[in-house]
Amino acid sequence: MIPAPFEYVRAGSVEQALDALAEHGDEAKLLAGGHSLLPLMKLRLAVPSVLVDIGHLHDLSCVRVEGDQVVIGATTRQHELETSSVALTEAPLLAHVAGRVGDPQVRHRGTIGGTVAHGDPASDLPTALLALDAVVVAQGPTGRREIAATEFFLGFFETALAADEMIVELRVPRTGSVGWGYEKFTRRENDWPIVAAAAVDGRVALANMSGTVLRATAVEQALAGGASIAEAADLAAEGTSPSSDMHADGEYRRHLARLLTRRALEAASSGLSGPSRSGRPR
Amino acid sequence: MQISMIVNGQTRTDDVEPRLLLAHYLREVCGLRATNIGCDTTSCGACTVIVDGLTVKSCTVLAVQAQDSRVTTMEGLSAPDSELHPVPAAFRAEHGLQCGFCTPGMVMAAIGLLADNPDPTDREVREGLEGNLCRCTGYHNIVRAVRTAAQAGPAASAVPGPTR
Repeated sequence: MIPAPFEYVRAGSVEQALDALAEHGDEAKLLAGGHSLLPLMKLRLAVPSVLVDIGHLHDLSCVRVEGDQVVIGATTRQHELETSSVALTEAPLLAHVAGRVGDPQVRHRGTIGGTVAHGDPASDLPTALLALDAVVVAQGPTGRREIAATEFFLGFFETALAADEMIVELRVPRTGSVGWGYEKFTRRENDWPIVAAAAVDGRVALANMSGTVLRATAVEQALAGGASIAEAADLAAEGTSPSSDMHADGEYRRHLARLLTRRALEAASSGLSGPSRSGRPR
Repeated sequence: MQISMIVNGQTRTDDVEPRLLLAHYLREVCGLRATNIGCDTTSCGACTVIVDGLTVKSCTVLAVQAQDSRVTTMEGLSAPDSELHPVPAAFRAEHGLQCGFCTPGMVMAAIGLLADNPDPTDREVREGLEGNLCRCTGYHNIVRAVRTAAQAGPAASAVPGPTR
């Protein structure tokens, strides 16, 4: 499968990338790792006439601590995030979830900025970022702005990012030793989640239970009100609208949401957080 | 547009369409046919090659994205008249293949795995090769081959090239 023809622009800086976006508008798409965009282009579900390659902007590739936040550059690859000692210590949920994306070859290419901008409701890292109350830092022609993750994912593959903006950073609070859990149900390990649940610090986010990743607010409110994990997790499907497809029907997804939320909350509260797959190479 | 990269130790410059995939570039422009295209959807791993020391699925990388990179395919592991690289040698010794279609991708992924984890357990091999599918389901001998290759030490994860 071969993408439709396009013009290729290799950006040497954020400013050059933004200039190209300003010039070509809706016709242009940013290319970082390409592991969300190129499959869509090969299927001709996306047909941009200009690709602006930001994959070589190494200034945007970093994981560092800044005050009480961990800052992750947009072109940081999933493999870099899963093996980053800063992320493993200061944002262990995010490091773990980065290591659950796809497979090693995919994680060597895919970037955190790309996966967030893609806005797929069945995506691992956006689920973790939502549970972490992350902030998306976008840069456009008039400067930078911060967008809360809770206000970033608007609909099916739709985000708050404007056509002339690009993501430059993700910021998450340093969670250090705070318990966390991530439970993902797939048929094959390198698949997208049929449903996934991320839990940290009393917050819960779900993948693939709606047109976007979303917070399980009923669960969070029940927990805040003193409910047990089991009682709270029973509310995980409230406010969701899961689709039915070849992998699972809506009712099964609602069941998975309750089950995976309970397991994620139990992992978070037990202090036994960590890769459920033992011996994963790090 | 013009691109330049090092493929199996040789610097190449070619004029390509931006939409040319790295897998097609390697097979059709460079004539390196070991790299197979299986699913063409980033799932099966048959097209795995090593770019700048990391395994990638070349069906989901544009050739233009590999500009200035060092790319290694299965052909680049050892010269035709020299000893086999320890990983393909172990695949041969342990019969780590049935039809052989997935083998080049498995071999390249195994080299990447051994670079991260020089002495993996069976389970770690299976997890490390999660991005590679064998439609013959010949996984047992593939796992055995990777563990045998690990006994060769650092040579098993070595990728020949001018920078080493």
